[in-house]
Amino acid sequence: MLRLTRGTKVAFGVIVAIVLLFLYAPLFLVIINSFNVAPIANWPIRGFTLDWWVRAFQNEALWAAVQNSVIVAAGAMVFALILGTLAAFALQRFEFFGKHTVNLLIVLPIALPGVVTGVAFSNSFNNVLEPVGIQVGYFGMIIAHATFCIVMVFNNVFARLRRMNPSMQEASMDLGASLWQTFRLVTFPQFRTAFVAGGLLAFALSFDEIVVTIFTAPAGVETLPLWMFNQMARPNEATQVNVIATVLILLSFIPVYISQRLTRAEEEER
Amino acid sequence: MSAPTAPIEPGSTTAAPASSAPDTADRGQGGVELSSVTKRFGDTVAVDDLTLSVASGEFFSMLGPSGSGKTTVLRLIAGFEEVTSGTIAIAGTDVTQAAPFDRTVNTVFQDYALFPHMTIAENVAYGLRVRKVGKAEQQQRVAAALEQVRLSHVADRLPHQLSGGQRQRIALARALILQPRVLLLDEPLGALDKQLREQMQIELKQIQREVGITFIFVTHDQEEALTLSDRIAVFNNGRVEQVGTPREVYEYPQTAFVAGFLGISNLIDAAHAERLTGVAKAISVRPERVRLMDARTEPAAHESCIDGTIVETVYTGPTTRYIVDTADGLRVIAERHNDHAPSDTAPYHRGDAVRAVWVTEHAAVVP
Repeated sequence: MLRLTRGTKVAFGVIVAIVLLFLYAPLFLVIINSFNVAPIANWPIRGFTLDWWVRAFQNEALWAAVQNSVIVAAGAMVFALILGTLAAFALQRFEFFGKHTVNLLIVLPIALPGVVTGVAFSNSFNNVLEPVGIQVGYFGMIIAHATFCIVMVFNNVFARLRRMNPSMQEASMDLGASLWQTFRLVTFPQFRTAFVAGGLLAFALSFDEIVVTIFTAPAGVETLPLWMFNQMARPNEATQVNVIATVLILLSFIPVYISQRLTRAEEEER
Repeated sequence: MSAPTAPIEPGSTTAAPASSAPDTADRGQGGVELSSVTKRFGDTVAVDDLTLSVASGEFFSMLGPSGSGKTTVLRLIAGFEEVTSGTIAIAGTDVTQAAPFDRTVNTVFQDYALFPHMTIAENVAYGLRVRKVGKAEQQQRVAAALEQVRLSHVADRLPHQLSGGQRQRIALARALILQPRVLLLDEPLGALDKQLREQMQIELKQIQREVGITFIFVTHDQEEALTLSDRIAVFNNGRVEQVGTPREVYEYPQTAFVAGFLGISNLIDAAHAERLTGVAKAISVRPERVRLMDARTEPAAHESCIDGTIVETVYTGPTTRYIVDTADGLRVIAERHNDHAPSDTAPYHRGDAVRAVWVTEHAAVVP
């Protein structure tokens, strides 16, 4: 174990405290302000009220936005899970012409600035598909999100497959299991945690995505981030955003908790 | 170099594999036949026109250095690799094109390949489960299989909670529960330490006798092969150099490679051998058959000898090895049992001029 002097320990402690303060103080401000009497955020708050919470939960535009976000994120996640897993298997298990190029093309969308992806899809949808009579609408937004969500699943599953002992599958087939039985009983259980983690990441990535959404959302359709973004611009309505932000902060504990549990279970198995 | 005695017939190659040819009568039950099997990976020839026949119920070892093709042959029999050309038959049925799950063989993998997310009982039951055997029968057969390898008490544990030796036995139980006609073992003892390995060797041999099925055993450990096998195939560069009983391959190596790979061998090349025997054929004589004598002592008529100087003595515990170099560049190793009083030191020392002697017909002619 590395031994640190007392002075170093104190210095590190201070740095950690400052970093944590910068990370969490703004979040704390958001939570507190969701109970603020005033219509704009301030510190300290002027008085306590649940009024914004009631208004937010009665806001139909907000609920529509939540619904849109869930549908888009779930849709993008499903696409990402299927295509990401298939791509990971293809690139991990097989040798074929252009393999490295395919690998690059799958990973590229995550590095591409969202604004580029957004413009590209917007052009394709509005200037190419629409003139020939194809209305992608809602579905287009899901596809656009899926492009960068695939990477999340792909990377997770690919890394796991690489660590997996190939003789495991041989053993399964040797013991009489068909290809499908081998996949269901041996292969899948071994990358299940990577699969779930990739899916969660894909969902989260799509759920908070705003840049690509701005370019690809059909007219009149708002996802939750888009609604929040627009809401901030409306005077005297911004505090409802704090309410939603507070809910999202609390909800985001769930995937973090799940992924930590999964990782721990994994470590114990090794 | 001492004067050779009259030309003689050193050794004998009459103990040809023919005497131990597999019994073809019962090959239908669990024999394995490979005919002209070739396997190429790209430009590399891993197995080169191999014809081999393993009898039912035989403990058959495939011995060779790494890269000699022995594991590839095992994988071809299991169905994990496809032959480039040739045919493979198991129990009289051609399985050349059959998938692994359609072959009546099971494999014990070098790394055991136990499923880490399943308990030991679930691992052992796996083959029955995918065959949709009833739950009650599964339980009963798993219990019996665990009993056989004396590991009933670990049924509910996970593989990572077991020791190497235990995992090895579970891999064996998982393969044997399906009552295969042939069990393939890919260096199953390679990961164990020496003592455990020797213990497992005895156990393997006992289990094989109990279940009475064919074992095809891949190893690079010549001692292990000699200890366990009914017959051994010695592999080198994708080819079989020799097939025979442990005694045949050890005592009558057919090639220089076999002589050198199994134990220590004094290989005397044709030129030197001609001066000793009068026949220009290389001979091989094992160190334990070579005695050392005083350089002035005359050997008996039925003995060959070479004079030289001891350049090294190696004490191994039960034996002492003397490495003797002759004036014309030949090296002969003599091994002597330390059956004298423990307090006695070796009778010969480094630098002593000695005469290495062996019974002429104890040397094997290497064709």
